[in-house]
Amino acid sequence: MKLTNRSIVAANKELNWVEKLYLPAIVKGMMITFSHIFKKKATVKYPEQIRPIAPVYRGVHVLKRDEQGRENCTACGLCAVACPAEAITMDAAERQKGEENLYREEKYAARYEINMLRCIFCGLCEEACPKDAIYLTDRILPSNYARDTFIYGKDILVEGITPEGRVDISKRKKDYHMNT
Amino acid sequence: MDWTLLIDKTILILIVFLISLGVAAYATYGERKIAAILQDRIGPDRAGPFGLLQPLADGVKFFLKEDITPAAADKFLFILGPSLFIATALMTSAVIPWGQSFFFGEHEFSLQVADLNVGILYILAVVSIGGYGIMIGGWASNNKFALLGALRASSQMISYEIPLGMSLVALLLYSNSLSLRDIVDMQQGFHWNVFYQPLGFLIFLICAFAECNRAPFDLPESESELIGGYHTEYSSMKLGFFLFAEYINMFISAALISCLFFGGYHFPGLDSLDLAPNLAAMISVIVLFSKIIFFIFFFMWVRWTLPRFRYDQLMRIGWKVLIPLSIVNVLITGAWLTFVK
Repeated sequence: MKLTNRSIVAANKELNWVEKLYLPAIVKGMMITFSHIFKKKATVKYPEQIRPIAPVYRGVHVLKRDEQGRENCTACGLCAVACPAEAITMDAAERQKGEENLYREEKYAARYEINMLRCIFCGLCEEACPKDAIYLTDRILPSNYARDTFIYGKDILVEGITPEGRVDISKRKKDYHMNT
Repeated sequence: MDWTLLIDKTILILIVFLISLGVAAYATYGERKIAAILQDRIGPDRAGPFGLLQPLADGVKFFLKEDITPAAADKFLFILGPSLFIATALMTSAVIPWGQSFFFGEHEFSLQVADLNVGILYILAVVSIGGYGIMIGGWASNNKFALLGALRASSQMISYEIPLGMSLVALLLYSNSLSLRDIVDMQQGFHWNVFYQPLGFLIFLICAFAECNRAPFDLPESESELIGGYHTEYSSMKLGFFLFAEYINMFISAALISCLFFGGYHFPGLDSLDLAPNLAAMISVIVLFSKIIFFIFFFMWVRWTLPRFRYDQLMRIGWKVLIPLSIVNVLITGAWLTFVK
């Protein structure tokens, strides 16, 4: 019974005496390998040279601040609920007087940890976030020797206040394609 | 015993020794680089400019690795195996004429450690002892893969030493000498033996691949099916010795092929230039080494082109093709020398 159109009948023909010498085939093969000396190299020299990444690439997370440098996150916990790998943990705290320049709303995340070994980089936390606080970026997760170094706290996740410290996530905004 | 001779030879032995090791070290670099280039990659380029310090880094790594001796292994033989293999590999370089003699005033500095009148027989003998290195190493490991590798190595060496010897018999009939220097000097001008012994050259070349355990004859190693074959259980510099000796063997085979069939240190037009003897000697050394480097490249080129033979194919080619062919070659050469020349 013929199962597919791509099947080929195997030709188990005996080699003739020229083919049995192997030599013509060997010379032919060596010419092919020799021609590859002049071909373009496929190597990407990684640390110096980075392959282009798609705008929707999902790398290490960032916790955003607003224009005045206040943290967006209100510790609502929707990201932790959405997370299929249960990688996110957080403790909420109330904003005290005098902290208005640090946190945008009355409640904030005192502790916000993502276990990068659990995270599957699906981006559901980003979709769940109602406050534009968490985004995945094009940064690649660096390797490390110890497992506990992979639990990223606020010290790593929150972006800086200075313009250089900011992480650009405009490409990941839902209306990115409409803008450009 | 002449003191100058002793000093001469000591210096020469040291130089040849160091060059063999250096060439072998850089052959590993060359192998990786050539493999990469033939596969559209770049290859090692991190250690030093163009990765030129890579062999050094590899060597340091080999020394720093843990040296494991399996509990069930025969300790003495386990150490003897790689030592024997590398010692014999280094010994073969003694009879190869590396170039024309240098002259310091009246003093002649010959670039051949020993001009044995049975030079080729010496090489065949020493190479055969090298086979014991593999066998002993594989046996002493007390590991089934190592034993299989050693078994394959021994059967392969026996099968391929016969046509190797026979192709040399034809060459000896033609050149009337067993001394490598005589054979090289006979090919002065452009009378390279490869033009008079093409079949012999082909047989010798194929057997040289088999003797060096190089692809497509690397059945003793077979990293895919025997996980390294005879050196499965070896680690650290003992493994390094095995791998290193293989590259030294390749270097010596390349030198031997150049000497026996490609005019050694001669190249056409060297005599007509009428150079000073020392300059001519320099050039002759460079000529020989460029030939050697070409053949090392050829060895690698073949390795990264051809897949490994199946075991039955290996035996069939050895016994049913190469041995009859080499006998026919001896007969043809004999007939030609008797009736035509």
